[in-house]
Amino acid sequence: MTVTLAPVRPEAARRSRFAGSLYAGNARSVVGRGLLATKSTNWAVVVSGFFEPVFYLLSMGIGLGVLVGTVSTGGQQVSYPAFIAPALLAVSAMNGAIYDSTWNVFFKMQYAKTYEGMLTTSLGPLDVAFGEISLALLRGAVYAAGFMVVMQLFGLNLAWTAILALPAVLLIAFGFASLGMAITSYMKTFQQMDWIAFILLPMFLFSATFYPLSVYPEPIQWVIQALPLWHGVELVRGLTTGALSIAMLWHVLYYLVMIAVGLVFTTNRLRALFLD
Amino acid sequence: MPTSVITANLLTKEYKGFAAVDGISFDVAPGESFGLLGPNGAGKSTTMRMVGAVSTRTSGELSILGLDPNEHGPEVRSQLGVVPQSDNLDMELRVRDNLIVYGRYFGIPRSEVGKKADALLEFAQLSDRAKSKVDDLSGGMKRRLTIARALINDPRILLLDEPTTGLDPQARHILWDRLFRLKEQGTTLLLTTHYMDEAEQLCDRLVVVDKGSIMAEGSPASLIKKYSTREVLEVRFGSERNAQVAEQIAGIGERIEVLPDRLLIYSDNGEAELARITAAGLEPMTSLVRRSSLEDVFLRLTGRSLIE
Ligand SMILES: Nc1ncnc2c1ncn2[C@@H]1O[C@H](COP(=O)(O)OP(=O)(O)OP(=O)(O)O)[C@@H](O)[C@H]1O
Ligand SMILES: [Mg+2]
Repeated sequence: MTVTLAPVRPEAARRSRFAGSLYAGNARSVVGRGLLATKSTNWAVVVSGFFEPVFYLLSMGIGLGVLVGTVSTGGQQVSYPAFIAPALLAVSAMNGAIYDSTWNVFFKMQYAKTYEGMLTTSLGPLDVAFGEISLALLRGAVYAAGFMVVMQLFGLNLAWTAILALPAVLLIAFGFASLGMAITSYMKTFQQMDWIAFILLPMFLFSATFYPLSVYPEPIQWVIQALPLWHGVELVRGLTTGALSIAMLWHVLYYLVMIAVGLVFTTNRLRALFLD
Repeated sequence: MPTSVITANLLTKEYKGFAAVDGISFDVAPGESFGLLGPNGAGKSTTMRMVGAVSTRTSGELSILGLDPNEHGPEVRSQLGVVPQSDNLDMELRVRDNLIVYGRYFGIPRSEVGKKADALLEFAQLSDRAKSKVDDLSGGMKRRLTIARALINDPRILLLDEPTTGLDPQARHILWDRLFRLKEQGTTLLLTTHYMDEAEQLCDRLVVVDKGSIMAEGSPASLIKKYSTREVLEVRFGSERNAQVAEQIAGIGERIEVLPDRLLIYSDNGEAELARITAAGLEPMTSLVRRSSLEDVFLRLTGRSLIE
């Protein structure tokens, strides 16, 4: 038996870089990978995801707006387009975040072995979760920023606080990216993935997007208020119309919890799947 | 400095009550090259995955470079290079980007990783395919890229799970040469293989694993000495007659192994045994005397041939 000593490498001295078994502080390399891979994405799908809420704004806002006139929200009367635009802004953040964190994640998880490869390196499952969620959040932010420009062009940002809608949509995108990836990580088949779309559509239509929550009977209101999109819609609407209230902090809290829950479940699931 | 870089003690992995790895113990010294041999399903890949800190052991002890992989996964993995049994290259990235991105996962600075990627492309003879899609590479090229990728972080231990499966003979010899060089530089190698010539070439020491347990351990030469005779006589009588002839010549040689297509007669003098067979009035269709190899050890220990 030959016993030669392996040379001492600088890695040994860098031990403090790692924290336990979950995290290596290098989520940025996962984001970098995602941006590089985006070069080969199907741009038609990406662009259509952005235009969807824009088309809603044009058709509903302008078309229906003529019939509806003004809507009362937060104690003030606003035009119908100005009422639905913030909701659609939240939706566009959601769409962007969901696009990456559901179908793309599903593909990488089930078919491309992307995460399996990542987890043979010094990355931990939290790095992968955080990196992938950040990537999804980035797409949500890009969609939403584009939509903000459209709103500005149509004069639908009614108050200076509309600028705060930017961090708000970031938060919303983060929440949906995080929860979206967590849910997707438990999905095994295409059919199950279709359920996600099946839940998203009614949530989009009924979360006080096109009319105030008060039209519903009380029990239904509770259901809507339990869903994430409603919180996003209310938060953004308050900011773009200038109808601020301290209760908006609850919406922020809702998203913070959603982000945390998503990260925890995603990390655990990645560990169970690829570090069994 | 620990005296061994990998220490496994009664290492066990169960899947739903089934022990894929059933209490194996071994040590690998720094710079040593250590092999796991065994038939399909023996638990080689499962062992490799535990050593690679991507699979949590059910019981037993495991220490990699002095660290418990369960507790320090990322840190252990930062010092390993892994060639998994089936390639898991990033199909969404091009060839060179695969190396760069993988290097970035290890936290290698952007300024260094490009140079390393180019050197490794050279090493894997893929420089001219740097911009290709991974999907467009041949199976052997993908394998070479996977091996190159495993070296991006200058690993102290290289885990190779059937590294040369799918490579042509020339590419295999080139890879062996590269592995020798890594070994000379002090890299520890842990590898599995179904090719006995590869095991004899590369392994200082190896274990034969079957059904999750270690059957034998030692250097290739010592295993051959211990579990086989000096020579082997191979005779063929046609697939229908082999088993019947085996009964007739029972007692010839130290041991007879009946394979579907031939008989193996273990003896220190193969020619003498052949003479005894012909003297008994049996005329083999073909006969061959050769030296014992690891294949014979394997057959003896597991009752199966190395390549199934
Ligand atoms: N994730 C898993 N879940 C359940 N059983 C598993 C899992 N992985 C491996 N096994 C089982 O463990 C046993 C050992 O498998 P392993 O892949 O380690 O064998 P191997 O020695 O590498 O074989 P081969 O030469 O075919 O690669 C097999 O019976 C296999 O079915
Ligand atoms: Mg295997």
